[in-house]
Amino acid sequence: MTALGKLFRTTAFKLSIAYLVLFSIGAGLVLARVGARVKEVLDEQIEQTVDAEIRALSEQYAQGGLRQLANALERRVRAPGGSLYLLSSHSGDVIVGNIEAPAFAPGGTELVETTYERRGEPGIKHPALLRLFLLPGSFRLLIGHDIEDHEVLRGILRSALGVSLFWLVLVGAFGGLFVAHRMLERVDVMSASARRIMAGDMHERLAISGAGDELDRLAENFNAMLARISELMAGLREVSDNIAHDLKTPLTRLRNRAEAALRASSDDREHRAALAAVIEESDSLIGVFNALLMIARAEAGYSSDHMAEFDADAVVRDIAEMYEPVAEEQGASLDVATQDGLKVTGSRELLGQALVNLVDNALKYGATGGDRRIAVEARRVGDRVEIVVSDRGPGIPASDRERVVGRFVRLENSRSRPGSGLGLSLAAAVARMHHGALRIEDNAPGLRVVLSLPAMRMTAGPTARMERA
Amino acid sequence: MRILIIEDDSEASEYLVKAFREQGHVAEHAADGLAGYGRASEGDYDVLIVDRMLPKMDGLSLISGLREQGVETPALILSALGQVDDRVKGLRAGGDDYLPKPYAFSELMARVEALARRRVGPKGEETQYRVGDLELDRLSHKVTVGGQEVALQPREFRLLEYLMKHAGQVVTRTMLLENVWDYHFDPQTNVIDVHISRLRSKIDKGRENPLLHTIRGAGYMIRDGAR
Repeated sequence: MTALGKLFRTTAFKLSIAYLVLFSIGAGLVLARVGARVKEVLDEQIEQTVDAEIRALSEQYAQGGLRQLANALERRVRAPGGSLYLLSSHSGDVIVGNIEAPAFAPGGTELVETTYERRGEPGIKHPALLRLFLLPGSFRLLIGHDIEDHEVLRGILRSALGVSLFWLVLVGAFGGLFVAHRMLERVDVMSASARRIMAGDMHERLAISGAGDELDRLAENFNAMLARISELMAGLREVSDNIAHDLKTPLTRLRNRAEAALRASSDDREHRAALAAVIEESDSLIGVFNALLMIARAEAGYSSDHMAEFDADAVVRDIAEMYEPVAEEQGASLDVATQDGLKVTGSRELLGQALVNLVDNALKYGATGGDRRIAVEARRVGDRVEIVVSDRGPGIPASDRERVVGRFVRLENSRSRPGSGLGLSLAAAVARMHHGALRIEDNAPGLRVVLSLPAMRMTAGPTARMERA
Repeated sequence: MRILIIEDDSEASEYLVKAFREQGHVAEHAADGLAGYGRASEGDYDVLIVDRMLPKMDGLSLISGLREQGVETPALILSALGQVDDRVKGLRAGGDDYLPKPYAFSELMARVEALARRRVGPKGEETQYRVGDLELDRLSHKVTVGGQEVALQPREFRLLEYLMKHAGQVVTRTMLLENVWDYHFDPQTNVIDVHISRLRSKIDKGRENPLLHTIRGAGYMIRDGAR
C-alpha cells in the first residue's frame, strides 16, 4: 500500500471526509435557505411597490380616463428607477411605456416573473416581474419592476456558496489529511514498537506523547499490560526453573530410597519401611503439585460461578479456631479479633487456604523465640476488608519482603524447616484473584502479613468482637 | 460390599479392583461410560466409583442419568489431576462424594465405606450414638463417658459426632476437614491430629482400651476397644 493510500484508509481521514460531507450539506442548506428567503423578501417589496403604483394609476384613470393615465405614465417613465410600464392598444400599438412588448404576455392579473427588452435596446433581455391589466376598450397596461439587481444579488449569494464550499472542502480535506497523518505517524510508531515487542524485546514500551489524549491513554494501558505480561513471563520462567530444581531433589530422594530398598536384604520390615517412606515422599510431591495448581487456578482467575458472597470474618474465626490447639501445643498463643459481617465476594475455600498458609507460616517461623504471640485480625478499613496475621518473631528484612512472595522462594533461615516455599505465593495469588493485595510489613518486632480485599457493601454494623481463642 | 468401578484407565482400574478384592469386597469394572451406565442401572451395587472423564458418556451425565432413572446407588466421583476440581458441579449432578486424583487408596476406601454405610444404615438419622460407654446425644448436645458428662467445645462435639456416626469405619483427615470444618483443601501437617488428641484426652483419659484409634497412613476410627 502506498503511503498516501494508507493515509486515505485511516479512520481519522475517513472520519474527516464524512464530517466534511455532512458539513457541506449543512452549509449548502443554510445558504440556499438564506437565498430563498432574500428572494422572497425582495419579491414582496416589489409586489408592494407595484401595488402602490397600481393604486395611484387607478386613481388617475378614474379621474381622467385613459388620457390622464397616459400622462401619468409619461411622467413616471421619465423618472429614474426600476419601474416598468407599457400601455398598449388592442392592436398592440404602444401608447406609452419604457419597455418593448414582451414576447410572452403575462396572462391573468398576478405578478409574473418574465423577461423584457428596454426600449431602444432590442435583443437584450432583462428579468422582471410584470403584471397585466386589461382596461376598457381593450387597452392593456403592463406594470412591473426590473429585478436584475435581485438576480445579481442571488448570483453573489450563489458564488459565495460555491466559494465557501470550495474552501470548506479544501481546508477540510487538508485538515483531515493532516490529522490522519499525525494519527498515522503515532500509530506507526506504536506498531513499530509492537513489532519489536513481538520480536522478543519485552522491555520496549509504547511512546507516550504527553498530550494526555486517548492515544496516550491507550498506550499507557498497553504499557501497563506489557508490564504485567513481562512480570508473568518472568514469574513463569522462574517457576519452571524452580520446579526443575525443587522437584529434582525430592524425586532423587524418592528414587534412591526405592533403589536402596531393592538392593537391600529381603527383610520384609525394611521393605515396608522403605515403601512407607516412598509414599510419604510422593505425598509431599503431590502436595507441591496441588499447591502449584491452586496458584495457577487463582492466577487465572476463578470462574465466576465459584465466586460467591461470604463472610470473611467467619473464615478467619474458623481458621483461627482450627489452629488454636496447634498453637497451644507449640507454646504459642493465637489472639483473634474480628469485626462482624465483613462480606467479600470470592472463593471461601481459597481464602481459607490462604489464611491457613499465613497462620501456618506465623507458627512455623514467627512463634519460635521468646514472644510467641500471634494475632489474627479481620476488620474493615475504608472500602476494604483487611485480614492481618502478625507475629513477634524474627520478621523478614525489608529487602526480602518482595522476593519472598515468589514461588518456591525460601529464605535462608527457613530452609531447615519443612515447607515448599509456595505458601505466600498462594496467598498473594488468592489476594490478586479477589482484586486485592498481599502486603508484607514490619510488625516491629516480627512480621505482619495483610490480606487486603475489596469489601462488599456493609450490611451489618461493625460491632467489634474480641475473643481469645 | 459390591463396588462398580467405571474408569477408562486400565492400569488404575486393575489396581483398584485388586485392592478392593484384597479388602474382601466384590469389585467389578466397566471401561467406558455407556457400559458403566448399563451395568449400574441393572446390577445391584453398594457404591459406584465414577471417573469424570470417560469415553462414550462422561461421568457427570452418567450419574445424572442414573438419578433420573431412579437409581440411587451412592456414587463417588474421581477427577483427574489438572482438571479444575469442580466439586460443586459433581455433587449437583447427583454424586455423593468427590475425590481429586491422585488419591491415596486408604482415602478412597474410607470414603467408599462411608458411602456404603450410609446406604444400608437406618433411613432416619439417629439422635443418639453409643460406642462402649461413650454416649452422644445429638439433640441435647450432651456427651457422657460411663454416665459422667464430658464438656466439649462445639467443634469437638461435631468432630466426635462425625466419628461416632461412622463408628467402626476409618475416617480420614480430609473427610474430617470436609465434614466438620466444611473446607476442602489439604489439611496442613498435623492440624487435625491436634484436635483429635484434644478430643482423645477428654474421652479416652485413663482408659485401658481406648475408643479413638489412629489408623496409620489412613486416619482415625472410633470403636469399642473391649469388643
